[in-house]
Amino acid sequence: MNLDFSDDQKLLKQTAREYLSEHAPLSLCRAVLESNAAYSEALWKGIAALGWLGTAIPEEYGGAGFGRLELAVLAEEMGRCLAPIPFSSSAYLATEALVQFGSAAQKRTYLPKLATGEAIGCFAHAEKPGEPGAGSIATAFTKGKLTGNKLPVPDGDVAHFAIVTAKSGDDIALTIVDLTATGVERAAVRSIDPSRSLARVQFAGAPAQLLAGAPTGWTGVEQLLDRAAVLMAFEQLGSATRSFEITREFTLGRYAFGRPIASFQAVKHRLADLYVEIELARSNAYYAAWALSTNAPELRFAACGARASASDAFEVMSREMIQLHGGVGYTWEYDCHLFYRRAKYLAAILGSANHWREHLIERLDA
Amino acid sequence: MDFDDTAEEAAFRAEARAWLDANAERLQSGERAPGLAEGRTSPDLIKRAQAWQAKKADAGWACITWPKPYGGRGATSIQNMIWNQEQNRYKTPSDIFGIGQGMLGPTIMVHGNDEQKQRYLRPMLRGEEIWCQLFSEPAAGSDLAGLRTSAVRDGDEWIINGQKIWTTGAQYCKWGMIVTRTDPNAEKHKGITYFIVDMQAPGIDIRPIKQINGASGFNEVFFTDVRVSDKNRVGAVNEGWRGAITTLMNERASIGGGAGGGPDFNDLVTLAKLSDCDGEPAFADPAVRQRLARFYIRLKGLQYTGYRTQTALSRGATPGPESSIGKLVGAPLRQEMAGFAIDLQGATGAMIDHDAAPQEGVWQQSYLGTPGLRLAGGTDEILRNIIAERVLGLPPDIRADKGLAFKDVPTGPKNT
Ligand SMILES: Cc1cc2nc3c(=O)[nH]c(=O)nc-3n(C[C@H](O)[C@H](O)[C@H](O)COP(=O)(O)OP(=O)(O)OC[C@H]3O[C@@H](n4cnc5c(N)ncnc54)[C@H](O)[C@@H]3O)c2cc1C
Repeated sequence: MNLDFSDDQKLLKQTAREYLSEHAPLSLCRAVLESNAAYSEALWKGIAALGWLGTAIPEEYGGAGFGRLELAVLAEEMGRCLAPIPFSSSAYLATEALVQFGSAAQKRTYLPKLATGEAIGCFAHAEKPGEPGAGSIATAFTKGKLTGNKLPVPDGDVAHFAIVTAKSGDDIALTIVDLTATGVERAAVRSIDPSRSLARVQFAGAPAQLLAGAPTGWTGVEQLLDRAAVLMAFEQLGSATRSFEITREFTLGRYAFGRPIASFQAVKHRLADLYVEIELARSNAYYAAWALSTNAPELRFAACGARASASDAFEVMSREMIQLHGGVGYTWEYDCHLFYRRAKYLAAILGSANHWREHLIERLDA
Repeated sequence: MDFDDTAEEAAFRAEARAWLDANAERLQSGERAPGLAEGRTSPDLIKRAQAWQAKKADAGWACITWPKPYGGRGATSIQNMIWNQEQNRYKTPSDIFGIGQGMLGPTIMVHGNDEQKQRYLRPMLRGEEIWCQLFSEPAAGSDLAGLRTSAVRDGDEWIINGQKIWTTGAQYCKWGMIVTRTDPNAEKHKGITYFIVDMQAPGIDIRPIKQINGASGFNEVFFTDVRVSDKNRVGAVNEGWRGAITTLMNERASIGGGAGGGPDFNDLVTLAKLSDCDGEPAFADPAVRQRLARFYIRLKGLQYTGYRTQTALSRGATPGPESSIGKLVGAPLRQEMAGFAIDLQGATGAMIDHDAAPQEGVWQQSYLGTPGLRLAGGTDEILRNIIAERVLGLPPDIRADKGLAFKDVPTGPKNT
């Protein structure tokens, strides 16, 4: 038994941390948030040049041919710096969908471009308020054409193509569509976290293909979501950990009643509890990373636990970050709101913690 | 990252299982080990526990993490975890040796002299002599170093006077380890001395205390002019705090998950399925499902946190204050699960009767037992302090007794 990353993976983590602390300080996230840009192109190009976008893409398709554990390491570092780039959409969802389910031709078409960052992919799933299930997808795929509306689509305004869930006959299928094709209309919608974008995407007979190797029905969608959930949990964990570190530092430096506020038990105990929440989420995520990297059948449960735990940990951490900063925590100038926004954005776009908990019980009972 | 046993771990597991198969009876699914539901210790249970311990000792399965010279097998902590996982599948008597074997033995190994190691460790390992920890006092619980029980030197002996409280097992123990005040003029941590006492010595009066679950696991122990040979002093005079710290560190490590047996998640699911809400099982209720999932995720988070610790230990890390997470999360979680389980039972939940209550009343037993888990071995608040101060490096609490001689430390009306 061994529930930790290897030395090589830790080295990758350190390299990533060094690169990102120089090229993606929190001021970069803020700059995107305050501008009209959907993401930081400079950072996207930078990490593309380092080969990170091809981490889990096989070498024959231009990737680095590493595994999911390496991708998890990078996801956590992306979370730490609140990277304002479409990494999750492109690397955990679109790339994973193609690596897992694409035909050889589809892989040849898309993966090399994803690996170099020339193409950005996204995942278009939600259509209306609530948690999408097999019964709530109205977008239809017939005779090579896609019709319907997806709202919101994370990074749908900047992506070049999308993996789209659609009704195909009586089944649900994963399809792939170029977002620059005719029959696609898209527009940015305002995001609770403007450092990460959202779009409305409308398909009016847009040309699309089925992902050739996906299992039929809802199964393929679930498998894709499970895989992404684990990677997303690492991103959430990275953000929560950074948020914790900043908060700890702040409470040590802020004095009240002649003492650092970190010396008051009400504050110390809160920090101890937050630390515990993050550590439990981390443990659940490590277990899920193992299941993902080995395709273990336990992934069905592990993904749920990792995702629900990480969503809760990041949300409560970001809330308490503002609280423990006091008034400055509620200002635009302090970074707390970057974390607070990102926590809810990440928790929402892949389904709420409640949704993943329901999945968990359903699957444990199956 | 690898979740499965390595080849050596698998071989060790197989060896443990083979021995257990040959010497104990496997629990059937849904069955519980005897003694757990009652939470009481009877003379018969003690005898059975001792017999089982001796059997293990003869076959080399007792205290497996102890070094070989002391009768253990120098097992790694991962091997120990595997052993416990395996042993838990069998109908073995509940363990009443944990305080000695997990906390006091290791303290003697570090701070005791050769003679003490020779005399005490082997019978402790075999379960022939049971040990108790005489730390807490009426006025010194969380603030253990505030203890007042005195030891005064008289030639080659010491004379002990005072009162200990909450002493688990004092009524059936052969030996106890006691921290005493030997210099009231020094600061509170600096005038403490650590001894081994014979629990049958004249002047010791043991009075069982009835707990909220009706059992009497712990006791008050009164000392009136009790004589202890200087040979039974562990460590130097007035330096007993160092030994006490060793005991407390081992206590945290050995309490670990803080689960202390009891009903588990599967029992809770079974209960949710058999509880009827207007013709539907409670298990179908989304609110119930949410709670169940939260419990599961926390329990798993704890379990994997344990595995992460084991991984670190197996790579040469030393056990640190991180192990406080186990009890801090585990104990309140078990309490919350028990409360929730009783809610699921509706009016039936008010029964604790073995024959009438669902699942033999295990949840009711757990409900009454878990408040103790949150206190024994460090309260939730003290564990939070430990995490805040020693793991996160936050400032220590301000101490009103700092720099004062112990005799000048202010006390409240309840402490005198
Ligand atoms: C089942 C059981 C078995 C036990 N077995 C043994 C045994 O075998 N041997 C033994 O020596 N002892 C034993 N104990 C005693 C146990 O260690 C103490 O009960 C525990 O340390 C708390 O001390 P106290 O009861 O004096 O409570 P107190 O220390 O008076 O605490 C009262 C409350 O104040 C809080 N508090 C105290 N100090 C602080 C602080 N600095 N910051 C914040 N909050 C604080 C506590 O958390 C608690 O909520 C046992 C206890 C139980 C319940």
